[in-house]
Amino acid sequence: MEALVNKIIPFSSVDGPGNRTAIFLQGCNFDCKYCHNPETIHLCGHCGTCVSVCPTGALQKQGGRVTYDITKCCLCDACLKVCPNGSSPRTRSMTPKQVMEEVKKNMPFIRGITVSGGECTRWRDFLAELFALAKEEGLHTLIDSNGSYDLSADPELMAVTDGVMLDVKAWDLTVHQDLCGAENSEVKANLDFLARCGKLTEVRTVVVPGLGDPEETVRWVAQCIAPWQSRGGTRYKIIRYRPFGVRERYKSIVPPTDEQLDGLAALARSFGLTDVVVT
Amino acid sequence: MRELTASEVQTAREAILATITDRTLTHEQKVTNLSRHAENLLTVLDEPAELDSLMRVPVTEKCICNLGEGDAPYRPRYIAPDYAKFLREGSAFLQLEPATDLFDALNNLLIFYHNVPSITNFPVYIGNLDQLLEPYVEGMDDETVKKALRLFFKNVDRTILDSFCHADIGPMDTRAGRLIMQVEAELEDAVPNLTMRVSAETPDSYLLEGIRCAMHSAKPSFANDAMFRRELGDHYVIASCYNGLLEAGGSYTLSRLLLGNIARRADSIADFKTRVLPHMMDVMARYMDERIRFIVEKSGFFESNFLSREGFIKRENFTAMYGLVGLAEAVNVLMEKEGKSGRYGHCAEADALGVEIMDQIEAFNNAHQAPYCECTGGHFLLHAQVGLADDQNSSPGTRIPIGEEPDELVDHLKHISLFHKYFPSGTGDIFPVDLTVHNNPQFILDILRGAFKTDIRYLSFYSSDSDVIRVTGYLVKRSEMEKLDSGLNVRQNTTGLGLGASKNCKILDRRIR
Repeated sequence: MEALVNKIIPFSSVDGPGNRTAIFLQGCNFDCKYCHNPETIHLCGHCGTCVSVCPTGALQKQGGRVTYDITKCCLCDACLKVCPNGSSPRTRSMTPKQVMEEVKKNMPFIRGITVSGGECTRWRDFLAELFALAKEEGLHTLIDSNGSYDLSADPELMAVTDGVMLDVKAWDLTVHQDLCGAENSEVKANLDFLARCGKLTEVRTVVVPGLGDPEETVRWVAQCIAPWQSRGGTRYKIIRYRPFGVRERYKSIVPPTDEQLDGLAALARSFGLTDVVVT
Repeated sequence: MRELTASEVQTAREAILATITDRTLTHEQKVTNLSRHAENLLTVLDEPAELDSLMRVPVTEKCICNLGEGDAPYRPRYIAPDYAKFLREGSAFLQLEPATDLFDALNNLLIFYHNVPSITNFPVYIGNLDQLLEPYVEGMDDETVKKALRLFFKNVDRTILDSFCHADIGPMDTRAGRLIMQVEAELEDAVPNLTMRVSAETPDSYLLEGIRCAMHSAKPSFANDAMFRRELGDHYVIASCYNGLLEAGGSYTLSRLLLGNIARRADSIADFKTRVLPHMMDVMARYMDERIRFIVEKSGFFESNFLSREGFIKRENFTAMYGLVGLAEAVNVLMEKEGKSGRYGHCAEADALGVEIMDQIEAFNNAHQAPYCECTGGHFLLHAQVGLADDQNSSPGTRIPIGEEPDELVDHLKHISLFHKYFPSGTGDIFPVDLTVHNNPQFILDILRGAFKTDIRYLSFYSSDSDVIRVTGYLVKRSEMEKLDSGLNVRQNTTGLGLGASKNCKILDRRIR
């Protein structure tokens, strides 16, 4: 089976502990207002609008489909700007084995891989096979997820997954629905499940002024994971909203202040969390 | 000795007066420069006849460079004393008893340092401090030890006035080493330079302490302990920029080939390999042989200096460093001469040419019998020299030119791993990293552990927003460079070198990882 790969970053210092190769898969079932890479949300509709603006001929339309030649691409983002579908034509359909060949080029400098998105669990079969291959190489495996997929019901995937980095965008249902266009009961269930089984590597909450009540979210997350943190060494990352890469209509939102973020970190620590990071 | 012409004397007198009236030099810097002017009035070395036309020419034509070593060497360039012996036994010449506690040990070391000569007249190696001090910190509380270390390091930074001064720690985890790193991270001083020797036995937690320290103060750098041990044995030290040398020994001299300019004199790759390069290598080797002979046989250093007389150094632990710079430029020039567009660091054919050139230099060195270098098999040690501030179009050692680094760090590391193995007496690469917001020092740990499995010898990292930064091998403070640039004089002579390098060698423009 194959997955649509949006991007592979050989060395990443921001996708989990240590140095990791980060693999971004295309397509997401959430549509978050502040998404920092909105071009990964939707799959390409092959309309061909982007082909005419591509300055290097990396994009072509052949047989009703848009094709992409990574060797010609100059990463100018012109295609992303004109896409009527909020997608990216710059994807490659790859098998787990092909992705693993790319990963191997970065050994022995990496400790593991992180698969992100989009929402990588949408490519569940691909993910399970890729992680099985990674385990054969002795690599550490992390899923970066929005929490919409019931991981507790997939022991086969969890058996090859060392940890999950989970976004908890909002605790309140209405806020979450407004923010992400989806409900969050599965996110909460995953938070609890992963914390208990020691595979919750990291939880992230992006703080956006005017969107929901971050204090409520931080309080509930901290309360939920604190009893189990010794099992998985969970880091809680409280992330400042930054207007980079987001869609035009959200660029005017002002980032939160240091005081607000430090206050939230202190709140998380007050529940006994030891690894709380503000970024 | 050859007589000097009147015009040579007049030129020397003008240079002396210029030094005396210079407003940006400190007193100590003037004294050092004046002694070099005096030394250069002598013509005691029996130099190869071809040397003048290759070395005493404008910088754009220079093929061989003696790195400012004077024309009558009166001490080895780099000296690495056996400090353990000194702490254990004291010194009759210095009238010091064996050190009995930490205060004794630190004070005795500070006294000793000012009696260790070098090319700059400041010590380039001040000891494997963690192992030296570990016995003395036993039973003392952390705060008292740190107070003593803080005074010691402040003294070193303020009185050893250039940052070629180097201390080592590791590979074993020690309490003294951890406290040294804590104090160094806090002081953020340029002196001393610091290396952590890293082996499979170095625990991750110790290495992480080093990485955290490096993010504050651009040091320590990290050395592949297994690789150095394999080549130099258990008693090796890292001195000056990143130079692997023997303890209780050092290096008599260091000259370097300017490979870019040498390649410009060739018609083709074949001409370079068969005619031009062999000639240059031969001239430089004979010049270094002569320098060594003068130091050992004529200068009287090893007979008269207390370091030698009291056994803190031994003549037979000395070797010499056969240096080179500008492999990148040489490869690019030669590729152009062949009508090819591939560039060093970006093209397999260009990199393969670089490897061939290094193989040839290594084979030459292995065939050349150097006098008084018995500790390294009768040969020099190859050295990837870090460059001088006034170098032009010449990258340090085998480094990829700044501004041309590969997009991906992994590709950069793979390139580096082709070249580090040639240089037992030192090479290294430097990466500014942006890690402050991510709190993920394990990122660097993974890179280091991987690098040391792939024949990479020596790596340095600094935080992209740090005041202390690594120039080419040594450290400077950005704030001190700014002072000097505005016409104020500054304490450390390496600040001037760093300022020159920031203008000529683009050291502030390295790709941030």
